[in-house]
Amino acid sequence: MIWGVLQFPGSCDERDALHACELAGDGARLVWHESRDLDGVDGVVVPGGFSYGDYLRAGAIARFSPAMEAVAEAAAAGAPVIGICNGFQVLCEAGLLPGALLRNVELRFRCHQVELLEEGTGERLSIPAKHGEGRYYAPEQMLDEMDRNGQVAYRYADGHNSNGSLRDIAGVTNERGNVLGLMPHPEHAVDPLTGSTDGLRVFERMSQGAFAQGDGKAP
Amino acid sequence: MTIGTPKYRELGLTDSEYELIVEKLGREPNDVELAMFSLLWSEHCAYKHSRKLLAKLPTEGKRVVMGPGENAGAVDVGSGYAVAFKVESHNHPSAVEPFQGAATGVGGILRDVFAIGARPIAILDSLRFGELDSVRSRHLLDGAVRGIGHYGNSIGVATVGGEIYFEEPYEHNCLVNAMCIGFAKIEDMVRAAAAGPGNSIVLMGASTGRDGIGGASVLASAELGEGDDAKRPTVQIGDPFEESKVLECCLELLAKGLLVSLQDLGAAGLTSSAGEMASAGGVGIDIDVSEVPLREADMEPFEIMVSESQERMLAVVEPSRVDEVRAICEKWQTGSAVIGTVTESGQIRILRGGEVVGEMPVEALVDGCPLYDLDPVEPAGWIYGNRETLAAGASAEDKLLALLSAPSIASKRWAFEQYDSIVGSRTVRRPEQADAAVLQLPEAGNAIAVSIDGNGRRVACDPYGGTIDAVLECAQNLACVGAEPLGLTNCLNFGNPEKPTGAWQLDRAVSGLADACNALGVPVVGGNVSLYNEGPDGPIYPTPVVAMVGELPDPARVAGNAFVREGDAIGLIGPFEPNLAGSELAKHRGELDMGLPGADIAAVAAACEIVRDAIRAGKLSSAHDVSDGGLAVAIAECAIAGGIGCEVNVEHLRERGAQPEEALFGEGPGGFVVSGERSALEELGAVPLGEVGGETISIGAGDHSLAISLADAERAWRSLDLA
Repeated sequence: MIWGVLQFPGSCDERDALHACELAGDGARLVWHESRDLDGVDGVVVPGGFSYGDYLRAGAIARFSPAMEAVAEAAAAGAPVIGICNGFQVLCEAGLLPGALLRNVELRFRCHQVELLEEGTGERLSIPAKHGEGRYYAPEQMLDEMDRNGQVAYRYADGHNSNGSLRDIAGVTNERGNVLGLMPHPEHAVDPLTGSTDGLRVFERMSQGAFAQGDGKAP
Repeated sequence: MTIGTPKYRELGLTDSEYELIVEKLGREPNDVELAMFSLLWSEHCAYKHSRKLLAKLPTEGKRVVMGPGENAGAVDVGSGYAVAFKVESHNHPSAVEPFQGAATGVGGILRDVFAIGARPIAILDSLRFGELDSVRSRHLLDGAVRGIGHYGNSIGVATVGGEIYFEEPYEHNCLVNAMCIGFAKIEDMVRAAAAGPGNSIVLMGASTGRDGIGGASVLASAELGEGDDAKRPTVQIGDPFEESKVLECCLELLAKGLLVSLQDLGAAGLTSSAGEMASAGGVGIDIDVSEVPLREADMEPFEIMVSESQERMLAVVEPSRVDEVRAICEKWQTGSAVIGTVTESGQIRILRGGEVVGEMPVEALVDGCPLYDLDPVEPAGWIYGNRETLAAGASAEDKLLALLSAPSIASKRWAFEQYDSIVGSRTVRRPEQADAAVLQLPEAGNAIAVSIDGNGRRVACDPYGGTIDAVLECAQNLACVGAEPLGLTNCLNFGNPEKPTGAWQLDRAVSGLADACNALGVPVVGGNVSLYNEGPDGPIYPTPVVAMVGELPDPARVAGNAFVREGDAIGLIGPFEPNLAGSELAKHRGELDMGLPGADIAAVAAACEIVRDAIRAGKLSSAHDVSDGGLAVAIAECAIAGGIGCEVNVEHLRERGAQPEEALFGEGPGGFVVSGERSALEELGAVPLGEVGGETISIGAGDHSLAISLADAERAWRSLDLA
């Protein structure tokens, strides 16, 4: 699995994501935001940080970048795509994932280690979160539908939903299950020295297609 | 501004300084020249009241790569790599507009570090406010913390540590000192000196506007007083997105070897950048203001020259490489313009199109400001207030809980969780996990530790001894994570040096800093001075903030400050002699007065070495230095951090002349609370204190013995989380 990591002006976590992908996969390279060509990578990470300054709304500008057009095509073709934090916001803005991310209930940026529960397996992961706009929101009807489709990939464990996300949602997939967005940062949980290695599992599961919803479903 | 006052006085120059300018020019300066002189001859740029004192500081060391005079200092961390670091104040802007003041303080210190070709990898900050029961202080705290977070989080540099103190004398004049750590290949680093007559001067980054005009002279070099709101337009506005692009652009330009030299634009904007580059290179510079990209069309030449618009860098480029440089700026979507030329003239010439609008010898402008001797007089007694907040009959338990919940001691989780402390994947110890921040350097195969300290109250009690204590605390914090100091930087925040007491505080503190650094063998690789920190009620506590960077071979061996294992022995290492003078308890009792007992620097250094070696050898479960609130608070902090109680007895300290209350709450340098195997502690010569375990913090101290539940202690220590 060769991962491509998008690099926007003002990206912050792209080098960390690159390093995590190198550890979790068979290689990784940065993809410049102006490139329409993903350079033959097998999967894409839209990294965290801030794209184009995010002065309008997180991810609102980045979704129009040439590289994002290529990502949309790759996603339609079934390639794994992971959006982390700002990348999650970009994927929602681009319509590749359902819902939206709102300001945290406390209206403050917060950086801390959180516990996540992986849907289906119940696996508990310790991964840091750091954001000011991470409150997952979607209309009730859409949330019901996502639950029915198994599109919720990660929820905050009890006592760890500090941003006020609906139904404790920390990460969601598209219907097909090949596009994942999550607010916590798995790329910052790949080294025991910096706190945890649980994040590697997120990259590994995505490359194995673990969230995929079987055959033939439309993206 | 008053009608009838000569313009030079409004700009902060004295009559004799103005006469000297006229003499050096051989004529009266015009408006452009006067504006430029007034800024470069301000305290902020010329260090005219501090430079003579600073000459006392030791700056040489075998690990020093860059010392004072460059944009940032740097030390060799091995394998061809260096760590650059600098701390700088943004006090007055933050007192006027805390969010933007603190944000641009971070932006400015980041530029200083990448100007020498180092990638910023961490930020720390040292903040001082008035007491938290003041509405103004809460406003300043909230704004400054949000501003630091806004800038650091947006640009993707981890904020890994710092300190916040709350004291009445900072009520009107808060302190916001920001520190940046950078990492560089030594061969890629660059100096700021302009060179090569005929080379082009390229201005990169943001366009130039009217923001921050005169910030260095108006805000940084005068006391704060009534009408500060009117100064708000002199505070700059930060744009971390622009800085992020400029940062990546500059690092790419340097990696490709396209720049002769590089300098950031900070206080006094183009004036100081161009002036300092020319002075350092012994050359002249022509600048054509009509080539500077502007935000507003009708700016005057003097406004363009002194604007403090943020996120700008100035580079010297060989003419044949200008196109390549501009193409890379375009790639990063940031501005670039050729605005001038390096000359052999020794003059700074300002042109507007073909017209010369200012011409000054570089030497007069940059190095011509007179340096002043101070007129220090020791005050007769304690010049600051005293406020009793703790009842005289309080029990030992009440005292400990009062100290743990005191805002200066309580957990600062509320603040540091607003900062991204992990971006960059180097943060081995996050804030409050250890006494110093620890950052791994996989490229060099080792790690660094960083600590920033400065207890102004102790310095107010004894500027000489208090400053030594600050340096020792820094060294102790590094020892707790197994690091050996490589270099020190500082920011000297003081009151008005033209007043006898302010002069005395500054003079004694610099002597203390010099003596401590000499005794420890730690070179001072850079520094910053912020004077005139006074409000209507008088000066701030004299506050030398010192920051030390140390090296450790193996980040996997770093212990934390938390007790970790039931049954571990607890011991005290070091020549700690607890004393209530200048302590947090003395403050709560309203008993602050002049004087501190002296420190035995050599003995503290020896204790640091014992702890450092023990951590490196993996012999200790935890290590924590004894600081604010004394031994009882240090022990409680270890217990709270570990979520595990302890049973200790501090009566042994009677042998060091300490009464039970002093043994519990007395402060002073040289103490480490460590835990580990009993045999290991014995081998290190630790004074046995007790054992880790249980749900209670129990401390035997004669008639002051106390026991409080871990939960009560934690609730007190977390008081700011609930506020």
